[in-house]
Amino acid sequence: MRTLIKGARVLDPGKVDGYKSILINGQTIEAILDPADFVPENENDLNVIDAAGLVLVPGLMDIHVHLREPGHEYKETIATGAAAAARGGFTAVCAMPNTRPVNDNSQVTAFILGKANAAKGARVYPVGAVTQGSAGTQLSEIQDMQQAGIKAVSDDGRPVENAQIMRRALEYCRGLSIPVFVHAEDLSLVNGGAMNEGPPATAQGIPGIPNAAEAVMVARDILLSRLTGGHVHFCHISCEESIDLIRKAKHQGIRVTCETAPHYFTLTDADVKGYDTCFKMNPPLRSEKDRQAVIQGLADGTIDVIASDHAPHSKEEKDLEFDRAAFGIVGLETSLPLSLKLVQNNHLTLENLILKMAKNPAKILGINNDITPGNPADLSLIDLKEQGVIDPARFVSKSRNTPFTGMKVQGRAAATMVDGIFVFGWWHD
Amino acid sequence: MRFTKKDILDIHSLDPAEITLILDTAMGMKEISQRPVKKVPTLRGKTIVLFFQEPSTRTKLSFEIAAKRLSADSVAIAKSGSSMAKGETLMDTVKNLEAMKPDVIVMRHASSGAAYLVANRVNCSVINAGDGIHAHPSQALLDLMSVREKKGCIKGLKLAMIGDIAHSRVARSDIIGFSKMGAHVSVCAPLTMIPAGIEALGCTVAPSMEACVTDADVIMTLRIQKERMTDVLFPSEREYAGRFGLNTQRVALAHKDVTIMHPGPMNRGVEISSGVADGKYSMILDQVTNGVALRMALYYLVAGGSRHADTD
Repeated sequence: MRTLIKGARVLDPGKVDGYKSILINGQTIEAILDPADFVPENENDLNVIDAAGLVLVPGLMDIHVHLREPGHEYKETIATGAAAAARGGFTAVCAMPNTRPVNDNSQVTAFILGKANAAKGARVYPVGAVTQGSAGTQLSEIQDMQQAGIKAVSDDGRPVENAQIMRRALEYCRGLSIPVFVHAEDLSLVNGGAMNEGPPATAQGIPGIPNAAEAVMVARDILLSRLTGGHVHFCHISCEESIDLIRKAKHQGIRVTCETAPHYFTLTDADVKGYDTCFKMNPPLRSEKDRQAVIQGLADGTIDVIASDHAPHSKEEKDLEFDRAAFGIVGLETSLPLSLKLVQNNHLTLENLILKMAKNPAKILGINNDITPGNPADLSLIDLKEQGVIDPARFVSKSRNTPFTGMKVQGRAAATMVDGIFVFGWWHD
Repeated sequence: MRFTKKDILDIHSLDPAEITLILDTAMGMKEISQRPVKKVPTLRGKTIVLFFQEPSTRTKLSFEIAAKRLSADSVAIAKSGSSMAKGETLMDTVKNLEAMKPDVIVMRHASSGAAYLVANRVNCSVINAGDGIHAHPSQALLDLMSVREKKGCIKGLKLAMIGDIAHSRVARSDIIGFSKMGAHVSVCAPLTMIPAGIEALGCTVAPSMEACVTDADVIMTLRIQKERMTDVLFPSEREYAGRFGLNTQRVALAHKDVTIMHPGPMNRGVEISSGVADGKYSMILDQVTNGVALRMALYYLVAGGSRHADTD
């Protein structure tokens, strides 16, 4: 079985940009053809997709999602999460290990991959825990998990509080050539806070979380990366201070990369109103100054990746007093349209956005996702024009906790192909 | 003027005319408490639920006495012994309360915004008796009532407020209320107790205790919450009392007719000396007396007054 995708603008930053046809044979890309090249379309086993008006890019990757399985299947399962990812345009996601049990050994890793293979959605790259039970005291069997299929380690949801443990984790992982994803948070500075520290928190009487709660830990782990040479990847960077530190570290040649999430360049703490817990996440929505710093960091290359920090929660966990509700929002099905606003507002070129949503994530994980013959056919088709409104009722994720309900957006995922098979296509909608 | 609000959730949502109406109504209620028979039939047949999820003595008692003086039936439930202690969510508890058809729910809760969550989901009136560190509107209104009664009007007065502004719902509501009614509010505390952006609520931050109280018409001290010692807000009660305790020397810097207020409960010898608390300028017990009248006014306005005139 072969598939021909024709008529699309093919954009693989730095490699290809033009109207091409992509011929896929089985699971792999067979050829990149010029429109004029002859392909016998009357072949019985050739599936032809007319993608005129769409942009075809290397498979988008969301390297920070919570699929909640095993243990919290009422929030999300690997199957529903992988389907939500496919619908959001992602061919692959990194599944954070804060499940129950924690993904801190190869059996859990194997379980996740087994479920993911059966799901027929986006590819799932499990992330293993840095420490056993993410308790921060003893290293997990990282090499064993790597052989089972993890692509990175993280205690996400929690910081590795002990600096010596973090140092050892970085040294150990350097030897395995896998990155440590850092949830940068000094818990003593968070001190029970539930939103950004600042005037909106003061007015509403909600305990605040200062920017320094994040930046203090970013500074520490930059220094530990410098000490060990280990690759630190900072998750969900939200504030100016962190971005300044990371920019300087990169200039010094320290091995750090980082990601931000769409909510940090779309919303601010001024949007937190009426104790609506759909606006509660960790790190919290920051000030307008921080939002601008995040956009600047994306534009100047300090921020490598856009990842959603997809954090599904049930209605029962959100429909509570603000300080008691769970942190986190879903993001897989809103990330691409929200990120396209950066292009529409001339903050990023489309090419640059694809770097941050496809190429850089792959590079951090050590994966080659170039659109080139012989590579797996993991491809995303994007419609840049379609106007729409974000409607959680249409999410295929199990959870609906989003602050973006009713927001107008332009552009969306049109189709998503993993291993030569469409796991989502506009014809499904 | 008709009072049209279903709920009393904070001072921010009341305009000056509504505040004036509440204070005027409360002045009328005050006389009832001075009669030999302290009861009028105004709210007979109305049910008021006192839903207190945090310890409270005076506020709860004040709301309860206010209900009885208007002949409403009041029932109190506390967190311990309620289904909340068994893990029921706030919304489920409140929906169950509502199913028993109360007219007013008075609620205190440790989470900021809890009264909003409830008010948005129930048809009966909700009076916020304190939510987390956010708002305590009936306290601010009784403070306004007490000061207006003493000074004649609020406009142009200088109010000095000393204490843990960051963790005080009374401070937030009083700053908003007094500034809305035209007073100049100045706050002072160790900087650990001054939250970011407090000026936006309507106050200035004084550089010192002395600067704060100088020429003040009203000085309000707030309770130092001993349970917050773990937050490292100040090194010791001794040092706090030395720098920020209200004593007779500091009171002497204020206007000669200064009024001293405290929302209670007091830590004598820490934020306020006994000489000041019991002295001639103190209005602390008048605040408590006025609290009953003010809460009677709130009940009347949301459950019995002009809001329901059409159906009476």
